[in-house]
This record gives sequence, structure tokens and C-alpha cells, in this order.
Amino acid sequence: MSSSKPTAVRPHDATMSHVHAGGHALELRQLRKSFGKTDIIRGVDLAVRAGERVAIIGPNGAGKSTLFNLISGRFPPTSGEILLGGVRIDGKKPFEINRLGLSRSFQITNIFPKLSVFENLRCGVLWSLGYKYTLFRFLADLRDANDRAEELMRMIRLDKKRDTLAMNLTYAEQRALEIGITIAGGAQVILLDEPTAGMSKSETSRFIDLIREVTVGKTLLTVEHDMGVVFGLADKIAVVVYGEVIAFDTPDAVRANAKVQEAYLGSVLADEQAATAGH
Amino acid sequence: MMPKSHYAFKPYNVARWIIWSLFALVLLMAPQVFSSNLSVSMLAQMGIAIIACLSYNILLGQGGMLSFGHAVYTGLGSYVAIHTLLKVSEGAMNLPVSLIPLVGGLAGMFFAVLFGYVTTKKSGTTFAMITLGMGELVFAMSLMFSEFFGGEAGITADRMAGEPFMGITYGPNIQVYYLIAVYTFVSVALMFAFTRTPLGRILNAVRDNPERVEFIGYNTQIVRYLAFVIAGFFAGIAGGLAAIQFEIVTAEVVGPVRSGGYLLFTFLGGATFFFGPIIGGVLMVLAFVLFSEITKAWLLYLGLIFLFMVMYAPGGIASLIMMNLRVAAFGRLRELWVSYLGLGVTGLVVFTGAGALIEMVYHLQLSTAMGDTVQFLGATLNARSPDSWFGGVFILLTGLGLFELARRHFRLQWAEIQTDIEKEIKRRETQ
Repeated sequence: MSSSKPTAVRPHDATMSHVHAGGHALELRQLRKSFGKTDIIRGVDLAVRAGERVAIIGPNGAGKSTLFNLISGRFPPTSGEILLGGVRIDGKKPFEINRLGLSRSFQITNIFPKLSVFENLRCGVLWSLGYKYTLFRFLADLRDANDRAEELMRMIRLDKKRDTLAMNLTYAEQRALEIGITIAGGAQVILLDEPTAGMSKSETSRFIDLIREVTVGKTLLTVEHDMGVVFGLADKIAVVVYGEVIAFDTPDAVRANAKVQEAYLGSVLADEQAATAGH
Repeated sequence: MMPKSHYAFKPYNVARWIIWSLFALVLLMAPQVFSSNLSVSMLAQMGIAIIACLSYNILLGQGGMLSFGHAVYTGLGSYVAIHTLLKVSEGAMNLPVSLIPLVGGLAGMFFAVLFGYVTTKKSGTTFAMITLGMGELVFAMSLMFSEFFGGEAGITADRMAGEPFMGITYGPNIQVYYLIAVYTFVSVALMFAFTRTPLGRILNAVRDNPERVEFIGYNTQIVRYLAFVIAGFFAGIAGGLAAIQFEIVTAEVVGPVRSGGYLLFTFLGGATFFFGPIIGGVLMVLAFVLFSEITKAWLLYLGLIFLFMVMYAPGGIASLIMMNLRVAAFGRLRELWVSYLGLGVTGLVVFTGAGALIEMVYHLQLSTAMGDTVQFLGATLNARSPDSWFGGVFILLTGLGLFELARRHFRLQWAEIQTDIEKEIKRRETQ
């Protein structure tokens, strides 16, 4: 496995410079969301330091994906605050939040199917390099955008598939491309929604190495079901049960937490052990 | 080691130079080869239709926006252009006639800025519905404001207005043709260039997956709006050229039939490739001018062809060409010629049978006063005789059966070749 390459300074770094050392990259304060009469998120407080890797775990329907949708601006929260590097982002549109340095991936692969791998990634870098809605320049002349897209393509190991249409990639390749598009703009806070969903065991472990490698130095939040991945990847684990964070601590502390054992982890770990024993 | 970039910028792409030179040559030489008055007029109309269909495809093919009201922008471009032409010939305005299409373009753009703001707020079905509403709105207004739209008679003007420039009076058709040819070349080049810009590429991304685009920093609404305005500009140029070509503009140019025409022929030509609408534009003029002369039932045939294409070749003619070029590139096209011959011959039989029936029905409905006989493909049919009907039905059914057989055979053969090509591609990748 190759070691991670040092990455050049990205435009979004400037946006994040006001995060003083040890400051919070992302902070949720009393966040709530209800759909109709149903409360999905019921007062979440969470503070993630810059550079931390946080795994969000919890049973199905606990509100993990909704949490991501609130943070990334897909839905507005019902009440509460979301701060990105100290700046309020709740109620902002997804593209505004992205421009402030937060990027996300999706549980169901969400790429540009009729564009090539290279074009997918280049679309991902355009805004962050300041090209915006440019009409009077040719893409072929944008050296920095092209170089960055090539670099990303190598990082996610798809350089041999440069001109393949995204819809013709294998599932695992599409998942990698999804991650590539997510990190393309150089955002400092990365949200990955079940990045390894639907992958085989061996694919998963390779993929986790890839994720670790491409998110070096970034703040990472990930929703994940595979406990091996969670305990291997995360500095901290947030356990979400029924719309609330019942624990937010280091993996060891979470594992030992009685409340977590009772509400969620006990059954999952038992299942895992049973599954391993069965093999 | 320095990371080697796979990306290489090629400033002189030879193939591209050849294609564009050929395009210019065709535009230049076409009226020399087809030199009758009708041909030159048709060629001029083709240039106009090419610009209009390409501008429509910025919405449909590149942006995934299904518009039912594109004629609003070509048509209003025509109206503003013809009013400008009137002003010039009255001496109230001093503007070379050569620049009037540009006035049409700016008008199209202006109305796209105005109406597009509402239209592009939403995508998908909502967008389609709003364009339909806008189209109806403007068409209805054309009957209300006869000052501007000219009522039933429309607005007429004389294109031989202002001072002739270097002997160009725009009296002879050929001069108008070359004006249109220049605008066509420049517009096609500019619209092609647009597909190579950051905005053009993000527009493709919006077509593919608008939601994802929101999460890479782009406001999809602005992307759609900008594309709509650009499409409006080129639509207006086509409209302005049409005003000079015909010297008359009537309300039908903003009407729903015209809008439907752009949709239909852009689709027939092929919305997924840049050059598809160019084929579409050429076909549009052939259908409207020639086909409509041959038979009264031309719209019905057109509808049948459209249905057939939607079912069997949704990528239009352009995608048929590209798919066969791909097969040819792997050296497999020659195996297919027997199948193509089979499809062609049986298709022709179907067409003959269906055509005979359609012509007889039309004859019975519309022109029984002219006698009972119909001339069709050299044969004399009697619309009141059971023999002719039986013959028509027999040919149609036989043709359909044989065509289906040929199609099934072709489909298997085609699938086999595609599998081989996929394997070959995989093999080359792993090398």
C-alpha cells in the first residue's frame, strides 16, 4: 500500500483558516428535525474538532442519514444551529454550504452517469478553483483543473478508466468515484454516508485504506454499519439512537459504555461474533 | 519522480480542422451544386433550421430540459428583426441588413432573460409544463396585439433596405443564402465551443444529476437559466435570418406547431450528439418543403417515423451513425450488410403497404371529386375497389412479418458483435 501523498494547498483551506487550533470544525447545537408530527432528530449536540474522524453509528431509522442531510443542507432543520468553522450554516442551500468547505457523499451512488470518469472529477473541482459559470474559456485550457482531476483519478485508482462513462463502471469503482467527486473541491469537512455499503469484505478493507488516504488532514464524519470499519477508522464514535446522540467518545470508551451496550452495540457485537463464529 | 500527467493539450487537432473545413466547404459549394431557385431557398432554410435545432438542443440534449415552447424565442426574434428591417427601409434607422439577424438574436436573448427566469426555476416535468404555458401565452398574445404581430396578414418588409454594401443588396436569393451560411457557420462553431466551456460541462452534469451538482458548489437554477439565455440568443438569430429570408413574419412562427417541430426534428436527428440536430435541421426542411409537396398525408408519415424512431432508435439518426461507426472501427460492419439489406427491403415493403392504405384513406376523405383512382409509387390504386384494399393490407402484413423476422435476426447478430467488442475493449484495457 502506497503512503499518502502530501496534497497541495486547496482554495477551501483559506475559508477554514479562521478555525483556531483545537477549534471545532463542525458543531451541532440542539439540532431538531421533524417531518410532520414525527420527530426524527430530537435535540442533537455534537462538536467535532478539526482533523478528527468521527463515525456515526446506530440502528436503522435512528436518523443518521437525516443528520447528514441537515448538515449538508439537503433539508433545513426545524430548530437548532449548525456551525461550520464557527459560521452558521443551518438553513443555507447545499451549494452555499459546499462553497464554505463542506462536502458529502451519498449512500446511494450519486454520480454523473453519462460523463466520463475524468469529466466527473473535473466537474467536482471547477467551482473550488474559481471557474464558476465561466463561459469564455475552454476546459482544455484550464491547466489547474485538469491536473487536479488527473491527480484525483490516480488517488482513487481509476486512472486506467479515464474515459469510461461513469455508468459503465463496476459498483466498487462507482463508489470510489463518488468519494473522488466528494473530495474534489478540497473541502476540509467531509461527510461520507455509508461509503462501503454493498461491498464485499475484501473490497471494504481496501476501500477503507483508500478513504483514510484521501482524507488525510481533513475532518471526517462517516455513517457506517460495519463495526470492523468503525473501530478501525474512527478517532471518535457518536452513537445515535432514536434521534439522539446517546454517546460520543473514543471507540474504547463507547465499547465499554453500558448505555450503548444496552441500546445498540450489544446486539450488533453479538451478531458480529455469531457471524464470525459461523465461518 | 514527477507525477506524469496523462493529460495532453493538443492545440492543433487535425481531425477537427478537417471536419470544420469540410463543413465550411459544404456551406460554400452547396448552392453551386443545387443551383435552382427552389434548392437555394431550401438550403437557406436548412441553415436557419440547423441553428434553431442546435439552439434547442442546448436545452434538450445538453441540459435535459424538454421545452415545448422554443418557437417563442425564434419567433419573437423574427418579429423584432422584421420590425427593425421596416425601420431601416423607412430610413428611420441606419443599420446594415447583415446585422439584423444579430438584432433578432438579442431579442431572443432578451425574452429568454425575461421568461427564462420563471421557466428555469424548476426542472423536469414542471419545466416542460411552464414552457408549454409560455408558448400558449405568447401565441395567444399574437392574436391580441396586432400592432406588433400583424394579425392574420403578419408583418411584411423588404430586405433590400438601406445602402448596399460592396454591391450586396440582398435582392438575389444567393446573396441571402451566403449571409445565412456565414451566420450558420459562426453559430454552429460558437455552440460547439460552448460545449467545451466550464458552464457547458456543468450543464451536462445538471442534465445527468441535478441534485449532485448542488453538492459540488453549483446553483443548478443559475446553470439552467444561463443555458436558457444562450439558447434564446441563438434561437433569435435563426428567427432573424428567417425574417430576412421570407420577408414576412406571421403569428404561426411563435406557435405550438413550430415548437413541436423543433422538438421532433432535434430528436429525430439525435439529441445525444452535438451534430444530431444538424441532421435534424436538414430533415426538417426536406419534410416541410419537399415531403409536403409529395403527399397530403405527410404529417401522418412524419408521426409514424417519429414513433418508429422513439421505439427503435431513441438516440436518433446521430446515434445510429455513431453506433455503426463503432462497429466499423472494430472491423465488424461488413458482416452486417446482409442484415441491413434485409431490414431495408422488408421495411420498404411495409412502407409500400402502409403508404397505399394511407393514400387511399386520404383520397376517400378529401378528394373523391377527383375520381376514385390514386397514383401511388407508379401504380394506380382504386380507392373504391376491394382489390386495392386487399392488396394493400396483404403487402402491409407480409412486410410486417418479414420485417419482424429480419429485425430479430439483426438483433441477435448485433448483440453478439457488441459482446465481442466489449470483450475486446476489456482485453485492451488489461494490456
